[in-house]
Amino acid sequence: MAEPMKIRATLQGDVADVRVLMAHPMETGQRKDAAGKLVPLHFIQSITAQLNGKTVFSADVSQAVSRNPVFAFKVKGAKAGDKLSVTWQDNTGDKRTDELVIRAGS
Amino acid sequence: MKQALVLGIVVAVAAAPWLPAAAQTPDPTAAEFDKFREIMEQDNPAELFEVKGEELWRARRGPKNASLERCDLGLGPGVVQGAYAQMPRYFADAGRVMDAEARIVHCMVTLQGFKFEELAKQPFSSLVRTPDPVSLVTYVAAQSRGMKIAAPRGHPKERAAYETGKAIYFYRAGAFDFSCASCHGVDGKRIRTQPLPNFTKPEQAIRAVQGWPGYRMTGGVMHSLQWRLNDCFRQQRFPEPGYTSETLSALLTYLTVNANGHVYRGPGIKR
Repeated sequence: MAEPMKIRATLQGDVADVRVLMAHPMETGQRKDAAGKLVPLHFIQSITAQLNGKTVFSADVSQAVSRNPVFAFKVKGAKAGDKLSVTWQDNTGDKRTDELVIRAGS
Repeated sequence: MKQALVLGIVVAVAAAPWLPAAAQTPDPTAAEFDKFREIMEQDNPAELFEVKGEELWRARRGPKNASLERCDLGLGPGVVQGAYAQMPRYFADAGRVMDAEARIVHCMVTLQGFKFEELAKQPFSSLVRTPDPVSLVTYVAAQSRGMKIAAPRGHPKERAAYETGKAIYFYRAGAFDFSCASCHGVDGKRIRTQPLPNFTKPEQAIRAVQGWPGYRMTGGVMHSLQWRLNDCFRQQRFPEPGYTSETLSALLTYLTVNANGHVYRGPGIKR
């Protein structure tokens, strides 16, 4: 089952610096388990971020990304009170969405 | 005479232009690693385990269907804030000094009804499994982020644990005739690229506490201090210490008390 993400957004002017930590095994399909059997491919395939329902970031991801990965990107035109949601979907169809309300910058 | 010496230095510098400027600082490699760690700490996957640990802390679980919110970590039942920085400490209900993970496991057994034998069967994290106590101790540790380490020394049992821990630290035995102090008793030692802190000194002892529980980037596994000390014993070719045993709590008392007064930055990230 998909575990929660950790999203952080720091507002500087109208640019939000977003950092997302995702809990995922990101199996490459190359690794063998203790019994010598291949561990099947299991990786995040796509990521989308929406600001107030409008897609502002999307990415296709391969199995070359590490376990429990971090993604960072900047969103222009963000302001305090905006709702940011991040969704990932993996190759098994499992998905997870987490939300965050952007707070005023310090 | 003085002029000749100055001249000598100038010649030496001129003759060795390939020496990097950083070679003049004590340990440039360690400094670079510290920089790297600082960047990695900003997005530490340990936080994922912190979130999971918090869920586990609040959830009603185990045969007794109870949450850990009544667990006394030394500051009263349910008080988590700052508790980690003040452990190991003596717990009257258990009659012994306990470190954070020992106490959490104690609560899981007494409050939630889990079997200790079951928890101790596979207590350490692997690629496919992170035991609940590891996530829980990560959550508890994170609630002491930015606080000063203040392991209590008031109770006679706490002072006795410190002395026992100290004795274990310097006890040489095993196939290699090793003690903890063989690696961590002198300044400036390293193994491959890893600097080995001298935990007998207060300013370095913090490095036994800081960074734990820690997320190890190699393999992407969350580890606790119980695992770390267990692995130290293995590397010394000592018999395996019991999980959350008094031996480990005593050793942790020695290490933590040495680090008293230093600020704990929360769960860490490792190479």
